[in-house]
Amino acid sequence: MQIYDTEINSRLLVGTAQYPSPAVLVDAINSCRCEIVTVSLRRENADGSGTGFWDTLRQTGTRILPNTAGCHSVQEAVTTAQMARELFGTNWIKLEVIGHADNLQPDVFGLVEAARILCAQGFQVFPYTTDDLVVGEKLLEAGCEVLMPWGAPIGSGQGLRNPDALRGMRAHFPNVPLIVDAGIGRPSDACQAMELGMDAVLLNTAIAKAGDPAAMAQAMAQAVDAGRAGYLADPMERRNMAIPSTPILGMAELA
Amino acid sequence: MITIAGGGLAGLASAYELARRGVSVRVFDPGDSPGSNSVARFAGGMLAPWCEGESAEDEVVALGALAADWWAQVTPVFRRGTLVVAPPRDTPDLTRFARRTSAHRPVTGAEISELEPVLSDRFQHGLFFEGEAHLDPRRALRDLAQSLQDMGVELLYNTPTPALIDLDCTGMAADLPDLRPVRGEMAILYCPEIEINRTLRLLHPRMPLYLVPRGDGHYMIGGTMIESSSSRPPSLRSLTELLSAAFTLHPAFAEASVVEIGAGLRPAFPDNLPRIITHNGRLHLNGFYRHGFLLAPAMAARVADQILPGDKR
Repeated sequence: MQIYDTEINSRLLVGTAQYPSPAVLVDAINSCRCEIVTVSLRRENADGSGTGFWDTLRQTGTRILPNTAGCHSVQEAVTTAQMARELFGTNWIKLEVIGHADNLQPDVFGLVEAARILCAQGFQVFPYTTDDLVVGEKLLEAGCEVLMPWGAPIGSGQGLRNPDALRGMRAHFPNVPLIVDAGIGRPSDACQAMELGMDAVLLNTAIAKAGDPAAMAQAMAQAVDAGRAGYLADPMERRNMAIPSTPILGMAELA
Repeated sequence: MITIAGGGLAGLASAYELARRGVSVRVFDPGDSPGSNSVARFAGGMLAPWCEGESAEDEVVALGALAADWWAQVTPVFRRGTLVVAPPRDTPDLTRFARRTSAHRPVTGAEISELEPVLSDRFQHGLFFEGEAHLDPRRALRDLAQSLQDMGVELLYNTPTPALIDLDCTGMAADLPDLRPVRGEMAILYCPEIEINRTLRLLHPRMPLYLVPRGDGHYMIGGTMIESSSSRPPSLRSLTELLSAAFTLHPAFAEASVVEIGAGLRPAFPDNLPRIITHNGRLHLNGFYRHGFLLAPAMAARVADQILPGDKR
C-alpha cells in the first residue's frame, strides 16, 4: 500500500493513548508488527517536554503519525500540526477537528478548511472524516491523498455503523487509500472493514483497553490480514436459498 | 549509619523500615519540611490496591494489600472502602471495571444512598471495594517524619546531599535511564454542605475522577495523567474537566470553593512499577508513578532487606 509516496506493508495503524503503561504499549506494537503509530500532541509538550514517552515510541522503530486529537477549531488544529512538524520532524499529520463534544464527530467544515491550509503548507494530511462522499471530495480537492472515514464514534467500540456508506466510498474513490479510523471494537469489526475493501484500519481503544493488549493487538493484525485476503479473493455472493455443497449429479445409486 | 538522599515518600518510608531494623539513619533533603519537595503532596492518598488493579499489574495489588496496616502505625487511616459509580450512559465502563478488578461487590442505588446519603438517587449502579482505605498525604508525611524523629532518625532539611550515600530516593531529580515524568493535576475543594466519607471514583470515558475526603468539608479531586515533563500550573482544560466531573458527582459542588490547585510530576519506569536498582554504583528506590502511598511500605521493606541482608522481620 502506498500513502504519500511511502510504501507501507502493515495495514493496521495503532494509536498510543490509554495504555496501562508504555511497556504494555511497546508489547502491543511488537505483537501486531504495525509500522505506523499515531501520537497526540498536547500543549504541555510543545517545548519537547514529553520526550520520555516519545523516546520509548521511537525505540520501537515505527513511523510516527502525529495527530491533532482534541482540537475543536481550525486554528487550534493548524497550530498543533505546526508544533508536531517541529517536534517530530515529519510532514505527516492526522488531522482531527472535533465538532461535537459528545460523540466527537468531526467538524467537516473546519476539517476541509484546516486541510486546505495544511496541504498548502506542505503537510501530508490524513483527515479523520465521516463517510460523507461530498466531504471526501472536498478533502481531495484540498490536497489530501488519503481519507480516514469513521466506523463509529471514537472510543465507542461499536464497529461499523454504516457499512453501506463505506462500501459507497470504496466504489466512489477506487484509487484513494481509505483507512477506517475510529469505532473498531473487536477483531471482527476490523476484518469486516477490510472485507469491504478498505485499505487499512486505525484503532486505539480496542487494543489499549483490552484485558491483554498485546494479545488483542495480535488478534487485530490477524483480522486485518484475513479481511484483506478475503477481499482480494473475491468472496462468493450471498443467496437466499441453500445450495448443496455436494453435487447431486453423478451420485452413486446404492439401491 | 545508613544515609538516604531525598525526604519524600520513598526516602521517609525506607528510613522507617531501616530504623525499625535497628540501624542509625540520616536523611538529606533540600526542602525545608517533610515532603516539601515531594510530588506526594499532590497525591490522593488512596490505599486502593484493588481499584488500581483495573489498569495496573497484579504486582501492584499484591504489594499494596498491606499498605493500610503499615500506615496505620504512624498516621490516621480511614478504612471506609471505595465507592465506584458511573453516570447511566457510562455503565459499560462500570461493567468493564468490575471485570478487571476483584474484592468488590455490586451496589444498587439504595445501597449507594445508605453508604453516602448525599448521593441518594444520583446513581443506580456502583461497585463497593470494602477493604480499601485512604489517608491525608500531607499529614501522613508529617506524621511519618515525626515517628522517624522519635526513633532517632536524623532528618536534615535544607541540606545538600553528600556525594556518597547508601540510598537515593530523589524521584525525578535522580535522572535515571528510562525514568520518565507523568504529569498529574489536582484541586482541593471546600464544600461544607456536602458530606462524603469515603473515596469516590466516577468512571468517565474522558476524565475519570477520584474524590478523597480530607475532613472538615475539604475534598481532594484528581487526577490527570499526561506524558509530559512540564510542571506548569494546571491547564484550564484539565481543571474544567475535573471540576465538571465533580459537579456530575453532585451539583452542590458548584458552590464549593476551590482552595488549591496543583500539578506534580510522578516518576515512572516504562512498566509503571517501582524499582530498586543500582545505577553508577548508587542504590536507588524510584518510579512510584501514582502508587506512592500504596507501594512505599512494601518497597521500603524490600530495600531495607537488601541493605541489611540477614535481618528480615
